[in-house]
Amino acid sequence: MRNKFADVIYEIGQKDDRIYAIVADISPAGSMVKFREEFPNRFVNCGVAEQAMIGIAAGMALRGMRPFCYTIATFSLYRPFEMIRVDLCYQNLPVTVIGMGAGVIYSTLGGTHHTMEDVAVASAIPNMTVLAPCDPEEMRQATSWCATESTGPVYMRLGKAGEPDLTAEASDPFQVGKIRYLKKGNDIAILSYGITVAMAFDIAKQLEARGKSVSIISCHTIKPLDQEGVRQILAGHGRVAVVEEHVPHGGLGSRVKEIAWDMGAHCRLDCFSLKDQFIHFYGDYNELLNEHGLSVPAICARLSE
Amino acid sequence: MTITSFGDQSQKVVGFDQAAAHGRCMQYRRRILDISQQVSALHAAGAFSALEMVDCIYHCLMRRNSDGISPDTFLMSKGHSCMAQYVILEDMGVLSRNDLDLYCKPGGRLGCHPDYGVPGIEASTGSLGHGMGLAVGMAYTDKSRGDDRRIFLVTSDGELQEGSTWETMMMAANLGVDNLLGFLDHNGSQSFGHTRETHPKFYPIREKVEAFGWECVDVNGHDASAVYHAVMNRKGGRPFMLIGNTVKGRGVSFMENKPIWHYRSPNREEYIQAITELKEVIS
Repeated sequence: MRNKFADVIYEIGQKDDRIYAIVADISPAGSMVKFREEFPNRFVNCGVAEQAMIGIAAGMALRGMRPFCYTIATFSLYRPFEMIRVDLCYQNLPVTVIGMGAGVIYSTLGGTHHTMEDVAVASAIPNMTVLAPCDPEEMRQATSWCATESTGPVYMRLGKAGEPDLTAEASDPFQVGKIRYLKKGNDIAILSYGITVAMAFDIAKQLEARGKSVSIISCHTIKPLDQEGVRQILAGHGRVAVVEEHVPHGGLGSRVKEIAWDMGAHCRLDCFSLKDQFIHFYGDYNELLNEHGLSVPAICARLSE
Repeated sequence: MTITSFGDQSQKVVGFDQAAAHGRCMQYRRRILDISQQVSALHAAGAFSALEMVDCIYHCLMRRNSDGISPDTFLMSKGHSCMAQYVILEDMGVLSRNDLDLYCKPGGRLGCHPDYGVPGIEASTGSLGHGMGLAVGMAYTDKSRGDDRRIFLVTSDGELQEGSTWETMMMAANLGVDNLLGFLDHNGSQSFGHTRETHPKFYPIREKVEAFGWECVDVNGHDASAVYHAVMNRKGGRPFMLIGNTVKGRGVSFMENKPIWHYRSPNREEYIQAITELKEVIS
């Protein structure tokens, strides 16, 4: 996804000279090199100085530019949090902050590099839009929206690399602020966002083998959440599951539970997330997710009860 | 008052007039004291320490197009001194008397810190350590697009204790933004007392700023003539920082260098004493 992000920024940057890329010593490979070489004035590497990255991007936006800030998610959101809150959100400036490699994808790098509560943190700030596209095509459309249509700050949570194409046969088009059926079924609905949408497809496959009809919904816009769309999912399925690579509080699961309570939903609702723990475990990405209880067999077992 | 050409011939900068600057600053102090009687707190002391520099920037250093609009940007990075900015914007007709009468009151639009979107306010500040990044972003954008604009940033010794200020100062020099001019209101006073006592290794300042790739000069920040001429005589080619050595609460004897006046407003008796002192100075 990160290489595709670089392609998209390069393409948009060719057409719009208000696009600036500001990085903090971490940069996507591929086309970002082309961006840097062709538009050297619009590429700024702040070095390992994330507060500078956000502050400088805000100053650019105050001059009418549309900057993208890019580094690993923990450093793009947590380190410069107050710059994001005050410079970007309080002033409501169209700056997109990319959180690359969010979740626990950097499994062996340990807790310093895990981004487990970013959706809660970013969603808590007024004016902030929070996006988490599930595949390279959704990311392309989301990035294009950030570059051309957003009127305020955006935090965009990205995976790392190698995400499969999940939306080519989607039932609904991509639209910021609207949840989207990637696949329609009748019995169980799985709501997810970002890279765990791929896990939702694996879960659906197993449940379908057991005779269930499964919907998969991409909630790529976590804030503002499409409340009416979520209500329809809750009303239209006997069983609903939320799958997210995020701590249990303040993410999609919490929001869906709020909506379900407010509407008096009758479906059964299960939320699958990371644990509210820093887990000192070193293994590959899937092994760490498994330690958190996020695995296809575990989720399928619960959803088959 | 002399008119000096400065760069583009269509843009003029008003030359320096010591007596006029002095008169204005004393009137501004009087206006701030008047407003202090409407509210319980307004950060008068920090406004008084920065006043001569802010006045010099607005009246003598920012260029004006023939329509009176300036291509240059003023940022009050030490946002709590915004009273100094508000009274000057009122004097220039950018803010109204009503705006200042409604300072910190329901229905008004001016608070204790500048808010982006209010006329004359180019960024929201108040949390220390943010203005420099905003200024560098603006200055770099202007340079990268070939726009001849200058950014005048008023910062403080307190702000220089924020790591974010140094991060962005380093980037300012890396990016070569010689269109960025900083004014450090060095009043040496903060909530816990005098900086020289609480943080002795904060000094020297000038050498630190120079080590970060800036041109830096050190003058009496209440000597408007010294401020003006230091800026006009700068070498250029690098971001520029003027350290203005100032006195917190300058102009009112009992406010000078007293931490309590960081925030509170004078009572009626104190107010009368303060304006009496100012009248004597003005006359």
